[in-house]
Amino acid sequence: MANRWKNTLTETDVTPETVYLNRRQLMGGAAGIGLAGLAGPAMAQEDALEPNEWDDITTYNNFYEFGTGKDDPARNAHALTTDPWSVKIDGMVDNPGEFAFEDIMARMTVEERIYRFRCVEAWSMVVPWNGFELADLLNLAGVQSGAKYVAFETLYRPDEMWGQKYPVLEWPYVEGLRLDEAMHPLTIMATGIYGRDIPNQNGAPLRLVVPWKYGFKSIKSVVRITLTDQEPPTSWNIANGREYGFYSNVNPEVDHPRWSQASERRIGGGLFARKIPTLMFNGYEEEVASLYEGMDLRKFI
Amino acid sequence: MVDSLNTALRRVPAWLLYIVLPLPAFWFLYLGLTGGLGAEPIKALEQELGEFALQLLIVGLAVTPLRRFAGLNLIRFRRAIGLMAFFYVALHLLTWLVLDVQILSQIWADIVKRPYITIGMAGFVLLVPLALTSNNWSVRRLGPRWRKLHKLTYLAVLLGGVHYLMLAKGLQLEPLLYLGVILGLLALRIEPGKLRRRIGRRSAA
Ligand code: HEM
Repeated sequence: MANRWKNTLTETDVTPETVYLNRRQLMGGAAGIGLAGLAGPAMAQEDALEPNEWDDITTYNNFYEFGTGKDDPARNAHALTTDPWSVKIDGMVDNPGEFAFEDIMARMTVEERIYRFRCVEAWSMVVPWNGFELADLLNLAGVQSGAKYVAFETLYRPDEMWGQKYPVLEWPYVEGLRLDEAMHPLTIMATGIYGRDIPNQNGAPLRLVVPWKYGFKSIKSVVRITLTDQEPPTSWNIANGREYGFYSNVNPEVDHPRWSQASERRIGGGLFARKIPTLMFNGYEEEVASLYEGMDLRKFI
Repeated sequence: MVDSLNTALRRVPAWLLYIVLPLPAFWFLYLGLTGGLGAEPIKALEQELGEFALQLLIVGLAVTPLRRFAGLNLIRFRRAIGLMAFFYVALHLLTWLVLDVQILSQIWADIVKRPYITIGMAGFVLLVPLALTSNNWSVRRLGPRWRKLHKLTYLAVLLGGVHYLMLAKGLQLEPLLYLGVILGLLALRIEPGKLRRRIGRRSAA
C-alpha cells in the first residue's frame, strides 16, 4: 500500500548531500526501496514546492504541551523522552495491543512526502516529511468492518510536558478522523523531516500528517490509536466548537469566526512577506474532494 | 526610601522619556529585519508593539495609585508615558495595516467582522483625542473638562486588555494576568465614600 502518492520533487532535490537518512529513518527507508517496485501507480503529481528551511520548521511550532508561544516548543521539548515509545492500538481491530516504535518502523515503508502545511491561524509552510502511510499501520492491526472512525491520543506526561499542568486545553490532546480519511493515501504518520528523526517539538517520535486539514488535526507524539464506530471527541472542538469543527478541512471560503481563511502567509518570507491565496483542501482538492461529496462544507466545518 | 527616590526622580527630566521609550520600537524593527524575531517576524513585531503599548498604558494607569498608596510621585512623567503608549498603539496598528493584512478590502471587513479587532480599534480611537489633548494649551483650554475627557483612558486600557484576551487561542495565562492588573488598578480608583454618597443620592431621589 505504500508509495500510493508521489511528489515530483525527489529526495535529492530536498535533502542536502550532507544530511542523510539516519538509523531510525533508514530502517524503514531501506524497506521502502525494496517495496517500491511492487507499489501501484502513484496518485496525482504535486507541482514543485519549495520546502521551508529546517530552522523555520523546527522553531515555529504550535505544541501547547510545551507552552503556547511559537518558540516555546523548540525551547522546552528537549525534556520529552521518546525512547522507549509504543503505540497502543485498540478498539475495533483484530490485533489490539502495544506496538513498540521500533517494531512499527521495521514493518513500515518510510517515504518522503513534501506537503503544504496550513495552520488554522492563517500561516503555512512546506514540509518535507518522512513517514509511512497510516493505512499500512491500521492494516497491521486489522481494522474490523464496523469501524467508522479513528481516534488518536497524544502522550500525557506533565513532568516532561509542562504545558499540561495548565488548563489551556483538556489533556491529553485528542484528535480524530473518519476511517476513509485515515485510509487515504495522503494521510501519513511522519517520523522524520529532511531525512532526520522528527524533532521533539514537531511531534516525535511519530505524528499524524493530514495535509488537506488545518494543522491542529495532525496530532503529535501519538501514543494511542483507537478504531471506533462513533465520531470521537477532538481537543479544539471541545475547547471551542463554534471555531473548530471535527472536519477542519482547509477551506478558503469558510472563514474562522475571528479571521479570514481566504489567504495565508508562507513562513520564511521575512518582514515584508506577501500573502498568498489559500487553496481549497490546501491544494489537494483533486485527491480528496470526493471524500466530501454531498456534504455542505459550511455546515461540516 | 520613597523620599530619596522622589528626590532622585526630580532630577530626571521628563523629556528623556521621549528619547528612551521609542528605542524599543527601533530595536524590534532591527530584530525583525535581521531574523531576530523568528520565522514569522510580522506577527512577532505586531505582538511586541501591542504588548509594549499595553504595558505603557498600565504604567500610566499605575501613576495615581502609586502616589496615593506608596507616596511615589511619577505625575511629571505621566504625559510622556501616555503619549508613548499612543505611539506604540499607532505603530501596532500600522504594522497590522501595512505588513499584516495588506489587502485593502480585508481591512474594513476585519474591523467590522472580527470582534477582537473591533475592540482594539475602539481602544485606539478613544486614545486619539487623549493624545491630541496631551499638551499644556489643551489642559488650559479645556479646564475641568480635560480631567473628565481623560477618564476615557480607563475604558481604552480596559479595551486593550479585553482585546488581548479575545485574540488568544484557548484559555491563556498572560492575557488574564494583564486584565487582572488592569481591573485591579481601576478598582483602586473607586472611592468607597464617594460611591456610597452617590448610591445614597440615587436611592434618595
Ligand atoms: C488600545 C489599543 C491596543 C492595545 C493595547 C493592543 C494590545 C495588543 C496586545 C497586548 C496584543 C498581544 C500581543 C502578544 O500576543 O503578545 C495585541 C495583538 C494584536 N493586536 Fe492589538 N492592541 C490595540 C489595538 C489594536 C488595533 C487598533 C488593531 C488593529 C486594528 C490591533 C490588532 C492586533 C492584532 C492583529 C494582534 C495580533 C494577533 C495575533 O497574534 O495573531 N490591535 N494587541
